[in-house]
Amino acid sequence: MAGGSTMAIGSGPAAAPAPRRVGSLKKLARRRSTTALLLCAPLILLIVGLKVYPTFYAIFLSMLDRKMENFVGLNNFIYLLNRPSFQLVIFQSCLFAITAVVMKATLGFILAHLMHNIRGKNQRIWRGLLLVPWVIPLSLSTLSWWWLFDPSYSAFNWTLNWFGFDSIPFLGTTWNARIAVIVVNTWFGAPFFMIMYLAALKSVPEQLYEAAAIDGASAWQKLVFITLPMMRNIILITVLYSLIVTFADFDIVRILTNGGPQDSTHLFATYAFNVGIESGNIPRGASVSLFMFPILATLAFFVLRDVLKRSKEIST
Amino acid sequence: MTSVTASADTSPRKSKVGSLERQNRWALRGSFAALSVFVVVFLVPPFYMIMTSLKSSAEISAQKGSPWIAQNPTLDNFVYLVTNEQFQRYFFNSVWVTGLVVILSMTIAILAAFSLSRMGFKGSQVISTGVFLTYLVPPSLLFIPLFQVVGSLGLINNTWVLVLLFPTLAVPFCTWIMIGYFSSIPKELDEAALIDGASYPQILLKIFIPVALPGIIAATIFAFTVGWGAFLYPLAYLYSADQAVLTVGIVRELIRGDVFAWGTIMAACVMGAAPPIIIYTFLMDYYVAGLTAGATKG
Amino acid sequence: MSQVSIRKIVKSYEGDVQAVKGIDLEIRDHEFVVLVGPSGCGKSTTLRMIAGLEEITSGEIWIDGDVVNDVPPKDRDIAMVFQNYALYPHMSVFENMAFGLKLRKFPKDEIKRRVDDAARMLDIQMLLDRKPKALSGGQRQRVAMGRAIVRNPKVFLFDEPLSNLDAKLRVQMRTEIKKVHQLVPTTTVYVTHDQVEAMTLADRVVVMNHGIIEQVGSPNDLYHSPATKFVAGFIGSPAMNFIPCHLEEAAGALRVRLSDKLSFPVPESRTARYRSHAGKSDLVLGLRPEHIMETRPQAEPNQHDFDMVIDVVEPMGMETLVYFTIEGVAICGRVNPNAGATAMQSMKLRADLSNMHLIDDGTGKVL
Repeated sequence: MAGGSTMAIGSGPAAAPAPRRVGSLKKLARRRSTTALLLCAPLILLIVGLKVYPTFYAIFLSMLDRKMENFVGLNNFIYLLNRPSFQLVIFQSCLFAITAVVMKATLGFILAHLMHNIRGKNQRIWRGLLLVPWVIPLSLSTLSWWWLFDPSYSAFNWTLNWFGFDSIPFLGTTWNARIAVIVVNTWFGAPFFMIMYLAALKSVPEQLYEAAAIDGASAWQKLVFITLPMMRNIILITVLYSLIVTFADFDIVRILTNGGPQDSTHLFATYAFNVGIESGNIPRGASVSLFMFPILATLAFFVLRDVLKRSKEIST
Repeated sequence: MTSVTASADTSPRKSKVGSLERQNRWALRGSFAALSVFVVVFLVPPFYMIMTSLKSSAEISAQKGSPWIAQNPTLDNFVYLVTNEQFQRYFFNSVWVTGLVVILSMTIAILAAFSLSRMGFKGSQVISTGVFLTYLVPPSLLFIPLFQVVGSLGLINNTWVLVLLFPTLAVPFCTWIMIGYFSSIPKELDEAALIDGASYPQILLKIFIPVALPGIIAATIFAFTVGWGAFLYPLAYLYSADQAVLTVGIVRELIRGDVFAWGTIMAACVMGAAPPIIIYTFLMDYYVAGLTAGATKG
Repeated sequence: MSQVSIRKIVKSYEGDVQAVKGIDLEIRDHEFVVLVGPSGCGKSTTLRMIAGLEEITSGEIWIDGDVVNDVPPKDRDIAMVFQNYALYPHMSVFENMAFGLKLRKFPKDEIKRRVDDAARMLDIQMLLDRKPKALSGGQRQRVAMGRAIVRNPKVFLFDEPLSNLDAKLRVQMRTEIKKVHQLVPTTTVYVTHDQVEAMTLADRVVVMNHGIIEQVGSPNDLYHSPATKFVAGFIGSPAMNFIPCHLEEAAGALRVRLSDKLSFPVPESRTARYRSHAGKSDLVLGLRPEHIMETRPQAEPNQHDFDMVIDVVEPMGMETLVYFTIEGVAICGRVNPNAGATAMQSMKLRADLSNMHLIDDGTGKVL
């Protein structure tokens, strides 16, 4: 054992005095939990120092004025809520997050089903190909999308023109830009859903579908009565998790539109970056970011509750 | 005792779709067709990225013929980048930052996971849950207060700030994965090792790490991916070109450059995307395991 | 009129692997037919082809006068009980049993009536609200059967339903299944690898091996008159003894010779049948263990005593099994527990040849 007291197994007189054994056991227990705590220390330090503390610090910061000298309470929040550009941010963030997650989940679900039909080694190849959007660093793949959407050089527009259609200003109008941003996010995130749902589909026993076939279920009924109920948990968890991550997305909007045209595609993250870092108003930037917090916290609560419930089911 | 008597069974119609096996075979064919369409759609951007990287500026600006094919493919863009000092700097920074971050993150994660999963002590459950919770706190919430923190540490515009911050992105999830893998190692193994005379560090090194190796690889890949592709933190805290990493370097170059540099930019993207893609090609199963580990291992 | 008719069914997979190599079987209405055989003999594949889960490579399957090759499982009016029960884990027992009826749009009260009737028959009424994971193996099996019963189909299909249960439960459930068949005499096709189940449950047993049918018959027929060596050795436990032998003809009488020292006269009733095979090589004597017993004070026709050194003695309580060797072949006999059988000691045994079987080892056929 590490360090000091050795437990002599089987040596020494049979009448090993009980108190001495308890003593060394106690020392061992104490040492174990101290070691255990020590091992956790870097993690705890990291989390507390760079995640917990900044969160609270953000709350503090959000209540300062621009020069960060005076305490202004909730003024920053009130100011933001009154600004149309920020109201747009709230709208766009919700629209973006919900639409994108619904599309990602649906697309991922469909893909998982298609993939599930392909047995054996071939499935790995298809899976490999379809995971590529997820593997490429998001900022770099967003650049290629921007190039695809470029006002003058868009390859998409070239194709449209070739078929006789007019060019589309993909990033030029409000709604086009919003759709473009959602499309890119869906493209990037669908593989994640596909992988998760594929794993869940694999865990449904084949015989259930055979029994259902004999019971008289059509393909649609099999989906509704067997597949979906059995995948309920994973669907819930992935959707909640994705809502959190999508809500807080930064890379896509920043690179594609930087919030434009006219602040119509700004998310909390990009707006905060604009206000906080680029314009130098740290407290206001902090307020923007903090607006996410209630929504994230609610979603996180549901995720947590579900995960705890399932880990209890596993352990009992 | 009543027997189950027949009543009007409302399905005399007999369709001709055939056995379940036959239906499945048709589903298979349909799936192939649909999947092919999806694969094409999904791979359009990377394909175009590669195509553009093979075009010269002249070809791009000329806009003759289909932009989907490189008419006169050339490796000039790649040559330019490889010999460009600034790009070399970006790449080099990305490499050493990610390398350090991976080692750091995995060390922290493994130690913590070992402690939390095995040396059950009071509060270990709280810490585990807490770790998972903090994973849900996004960088986009933290980057503003962290700006102040980083500033007070004097690390603004210093690449080392990434080594400090990136672990926060990876460690929670990596710890979660490792806890899952470690928990699935039967306790009998530890007990056998303890009886054989092993100390806890030895148990960790000689038993846990080898047995949980798939999980370690998966978590390492995850840490690498997160570190290599991180964008917000570098964008917020690094300003000069020599401190930047690939992701911000390439994007910033774009804002400064003009349209005709797209070939170079896309080539840079290809090179930036190459390491994750290469790792992915060889270790795809671990990649996938890393993704699903969170959900399936609870 | 056959309820289920299987005509020249072949099932082959890619790579020219033939799981089922041409099977013909006619199953009568209300009959309980058991397909039995070792793993890989094609019994499950045949069952699944009847169910419509597997494609029929060639041949036809008829159910109640209609060809069903192209008919999907749900329209064949069959119900199946799976080895792993295949109960829907997220539905209650009631919902599991009602599922098939719900899909066919049966009225609610009809569904309730059928489910309640079946539940009462299977003694699971108190479980209707529970989910499958809260049930024991035996209970789950009953629910699976209930699900099949409420559908009131033309044919019940059972795919090794008792294989997942422990030995004691298996015996119990076997009786349950037989009872249910008496109450609900639906035509049943039952697959198992356990020949005891086959013998106890079946009206007729179909012994399969390597994708073909070795023999079809009532349990008694198969036991007393096996057609092939495979059937002879498969049915009955402990298995029939197979002793290589020679058939000698001397002065118009046949003797079966097992070794230099041991030979028995062939019963008169068999002499005519076996005469033509005298002198052939590759002959095997098949004699069941219960036809090798301890010697008795009275002589009986066709029973002959001989001395043997016993190798192993296995007391089973109601009888004792003795093992000895003839020409390197291990033989099993069943003696009275009080006969004083002792290992390593010689014992006087009696062979009853009235139920002997002579087998041509080259063709595997019983002569």
